[in-house]
Amino acid sequence: MTQPSASAHKGPNHKGLRARAESLSAPLPPLQARAEQLARTLLMGGHGRRQSGMGDEFWQYRPAQAGDPGRAIDWRRSGRSDGHFVREKEWQAAQSVHLWVDLSASMGFSSDAKVPQKSDRAALLAMALSILLMKGGERVALASLGTPPRIGSLQIRRIAEGLAQSTDADYGAPDATLFLPNARAVFLSDFLGPIEAVEEAVAAASDRGISGMLYQILDPAEEAFPYRGRTVFTSMSGGIMHETLRASDLKTRYLERLAERKDRLSQIAHHAGWRFATHHTDHSDLTALLWLYEALEGPR
Amino acid sequence: MWILGPIGFTAPWVLLGLLALPILWLLLRAVPPAPIRRRFPGVALLLGLKDEEVEADRTPWWLLLLRMVAVAALILAFAGPVLNPRVERGGSSGPLLVLLDASWASAPDWSLRIGRVEQALDEAEADGRTVCILPATDLPTEGCTFLAPADWRPRLAGISPAPFEPDMEALSGVISVMPSAVETLWLSDGLARTGREDVLADLESLGPVSVFETPRDVMALGPLELTDTGISVPVLRADAGGDRDVVILAHGPDPAGVPRVLDRREVTFPGGETRVTVPFDLPPELRARVTRFEIEGQTSAGAKRLTDDSLKRREVGLVVVREGGEGLQLLSQLHYLRAALAGEADVIEGALPDLIMANPDVIVLADVAQLSGGEVADLLDWLNDGGMLLRFAGPNLAGSDVARDEDDPLMPVRLRAGGRTLGGAMSWGEPKRLRPFAETSPFYGLPVPEDVEINAQVMAQPDPELANRVIATLEDGTPLVTRKPVGQGQVVLFHVTANAEWSTLPLSGLFVEMLDRLAVTSRAAVLEVEDLAGQSLQPVRVMDGFGRLDEAAAMPPVAGEEFVTARASLATPPGLYQGRDSLRALNVMAADDTLAQMRWPNDVTLLGVEAGRERPLAPFLLTLALALLGADLLASLWLSGRLFGARALPILLCAMLIAPDAKAQELDDDFALRASSELALAYVETGDAALDRVSEAGLAGLSDVLTMRTSVEPAPPIGINLETDPLGFFPMLYWPVTASQPTPSAAAYTKLNAYLRTGGVILFDTRDADVAGFGAATPNGTKLQALAASLDIPALEQIPEDHVLNRAFYLLREFPGRHADGTLWVEAAPDSTRAEGMPFRNLNDNVTPVIIGGGDWASAWALDETGFPLLPVGRGLSGERQRELSYRFGVNLVIYVLTGNYKSDQVHVPALLDRLGQ
Repeated sequence: MTQPSASAHKGPNHKGLRARAESLSAPLPPLQARAEQLARTLLMGGHGRRQSGMGDEFWQYRPAQAGDPGRAIDWRRSGRSDGHFVREKEWQAAQSVHLWVDLSASMGFSSDAKVPQKSDRAALLAMALSILLMKGGERVALASLGTPPRIGSLQIRRIAEGLAQSTDADYGAPDATLFLPNARAVFLSDFLGPIEAVEEAVAAASDRGISGMLYQILDPAEEAFPYRGRTVFTSMSGGIMHETLRASDLKTRYLERLAERKDRLSQIAHHAGWRFATHHTDHSDLTALLWLYEALEGPR
Repeated sequence: MWILGPIGFTAPWVLLGLLALPILWLLLRAVPPAPIRRRFPGVALLLGLKDEEVEADRTPWWLLLLRMVAVAALILAFAGPVLNPRVERGGSSGPLLVLLDASWASAPDWSLRIGRVEQALDEAEADGRTVCILPATDLPTEGCTFLAPADWRPRLAGISPAPFEPDMEALSGVISVMPSAVETLWLSDGLARTGREDVLADLESLGPVSVFETPRDVMALGPLELTDTGISVPVLRADAGGDRDVVILAHGPDPAGVPRVLDRREVTFPGGETRVTVPFDLPPELRARVTRFEIEGQTSAGAKRLTDDSLKRREVGLVVVREGGEGLQLLSQLHYLRAALAGEADVIEGALPDLIMANPDVIVLADVAQLSGGEVADLLDWLNDGGMLLRFAGPNLAGSDVARDEDDPLMPVRLRAGGRTLGGAMSWGEPKRLRPFAETSPFYGLPVPEDVEINAQVMAQPDPELANRVIATLEDGTPLVTRKPVGQGQVVLFHVTANAEWSTLPLSGLFVEMLDRLAVTSRAAVLEVEDLAGQSLQPVRVMDGFGRLDEAAAMPPVAGEEFVTARASLATPPGLYQGRDSLRALNVMAADDTLAQMRWPNDVTLLGVEAGRERPLAPFLLTLALALLGADLLASLWLSGRLFGARALPILLCAMLIAPDAKAQELDDDFALRASSELALAYVETGDAALDRVSEAGLAGLSDVLTMRTSVEPAPPIGINLETDPLGFFPMLYWPVTASQPTPSAAAYTKLNAYLRTGGVILFDTRDADVAGFGAATPNGTKLQALAASLDIPALEQIPEDHVLNRAFYLLREFPGRHADGTLWVEAAPDSTRAEGMPFRNLNDNVTPVIIGGGDWASAWALDETGFPLLPVGRGLSGERQRELSYRFGVNLVIYVLTGNYKSDQVHVPALLDRLGQ
């Protein structure tokens, strides 16, 4: 009941190509628009490296020293005084960021009509982060597309298309094999699937000098487990099933397991020097984006 | 059938199913509620978790109870429960005679009686018997016919109590020709009546007789009596039992003409008394307005007493000339008149022109000789309309030239100059006495006192007419009182003064009695044969058995002689009868009538009111079970957490459909805004969904036409619920009449009347092609009469040719709707002259509050969503023409409603042009 709308395109049906393409692209502009709106609230200009170097932005004037090429002298500044000045620009380094967004069926869950699906929140955050980073001059790639990090509106569009895809699998497993060395990585998922896959992916990434963060997105119902009575719980695709006669009895044990899972993720992140945080879909998307951005900006 | 107290079961074995309930309880308890399937990504974390307790959630005890009660109700329903089961009587098979007294005394509990008749019909149908229903007050001329009970049912509604007593002799006649072996059920009104025993004996010779009586006490009002301070009303009852309190009401119009209860008196029948007199102390003005007395809570013709002119007091005007002069009071011409009239008539005094304006019944001119020409003309007009001029002679008259040489229209006879004096010092004769009154005189029969002496008088000229005009003479034959008819009125002249100067007549009691006979005063309420001899009385309003007054339509007049002795009967129903000069009431109870209870012989089976009719209870129990199962459905959904959400929506919708129409009661602003921000045509919702749709489509079609052709651009039409919606926003209401629509409540009528009085217009559409002619020939016509009974509607007339509706926008001659002949009824215009040079009359600006017709206009106007006519009208081109004309009528109607009669102002155009100098 809460499948993403774009999942309707599955199956090799060439006849409905155009219709499928349209249905596929339908969510793009709104997603992009929302993401841009979200990003704009955080946009604070180019990300200077706080040192002079290659870049477009002015950094400082310094007196010309021996060895400076003549064309480096800024004559306009020099004309106002006796000495010669060289105009230095700030060094702006382009960073590569890899985004892995869980597109599996479990992300399509939302417990209440007022709460967005987890996949929706994840896609929104990924898009907004992409836009923010590109505005800051960074190159971004979406892991599921398999393309190298790029910058530009075309890449934004491509990412948006990539985010509209979804897979049939119940739970997603991160794949870090194509990540560039020394890049940064962001994993957006509910991390409710097999934990080993996450551990392997993080280990493989950190081996190649990639630092990053695990960002867990959970529905409030997954955090509270507000169920009672005789219930059959199924996974989103129906592949996994668990029946209980009294759901209320399971609550404490489920919550223990969830805390255990978070602990484990936190440890994985800690060992790899990554960061880990949990976000709930009923909370503000802006705080989530702020955290992600700060975490990317933060320690280098 | 198995009977348990007041309830019987037709299939009692089914009740054994109740024994299965405990087993069902255990079963339902053992089965857990069905599992809910939930999608939950966190299921991965749940895998491997075992339930701590094996037992599932139990079904809550109250849900179990709910289901138990539902099942129990089903079992009980199928066991065929019957309330008040009929106990099988010894079934007889012969014909059954149902004899109804059907008099006024059975009116208060008539529905009970008809219910008993229906029960008898049910039983007779079950036993396969033939039945004859015989109302004793409405005996069939062809004798009693025995028919199947089913044939009688439709006729039951037509049987109603009569406002008079049954004729027992005629009843005996009908019974005597009946076949033998007839069982009788006699629905008696409980009153003893001569001849009843004979009828009973006749019936018992035919077969067994059982008598049905209700315990209600029969009460009636006796003849009214005038007392010094008011009216006394005798109340009679049949049952001389214990104390009983009754309330007597005096009904009549208030000064504004609205019928009200003018006075009420509570009175207690002491135990053992069957008659009690209630005094009503009413001032004369109030007394004259009482139209009837009635016993509160008794709806029968006997419990109502109509009043007539015998209770009304005459208004006498005394013309005062130069009063307050030097003369002594006892010598005043008016002193004895005032004394004689005090308490007997309403006296007003003043100058002649003022008195004529007040239009009294009698004007007294005491020794007034000369009148101005204008006064004479006014007096003659007043006399022609039935006034009575009473003149007294005196020195002024004797000394004047009035009626000396020629007939004066205001004098009965010509007078000789000077008059004569008798028994004075200067005359030979003795004072004269009166001669006994002749038979032709209105004073005939009055004793002549010996001490009345006439000392002086004016003399009448001998004349061929004189003999006819004299109504009282002296011993020597000279006229003392003469009378002459003028138009419908009369002039009476006393040839003596009104004071004791010329005679001792004013000092005697005879003077008062003579005034009384002349109908100057009205004291005697007892009707004499002479009073009505030679007249014929036309029934104006007659009463039915329930005491309701109706117009007497086309009833033959009654001769006066018969009327005086008449009792209420089929030929002379109780009611109001118009005589030549007075309105007379005929009531159910005549003088000396009493009420007494019938004592039936012991061998007659007396039936009382039984507890009630047989009533199967299965439908109620089935409904209860259904409701409980519905509640169980909702409760189960709620328990499993599925009540809210998309799935529950259809269920809730169904529940709302089942629930009664819960339309918001309060006046919400939305409605007011919708109705008042733009002009909207409105129709009255009749409750008939199809008709309401046609009304709405019709007004929508008319709105379209108005928008296209005129500057009136109405908003979409609005349906009005008369009970809840305010009417003030709408200039016009379209009210289609159906026989099935509910009659509005009193509050709604108040609203409607306020609407009509403040300029609203209602178009009543009986939709019956006006075949009823505004009458009761169709169900819709009858319904319209019922609907409009409480409305404040003025007198109506068929729409005249010069009515503004004919020319408000289009010039129209007829007003067809879906029916071609659309005759309209509108408020009757006052009489007015036709304006000069104009084809219409000079009328005021006034919009008729109601327009009544049967054209079914909404159907002709109705358009569907695509703008095509919804319903066919007529055939071919002529049909289209008819539809066009109906639209034109609609346009005219709306323009008329919105602009009033301004088109009538055209009548002033010549005058305006003239004034402008053109």
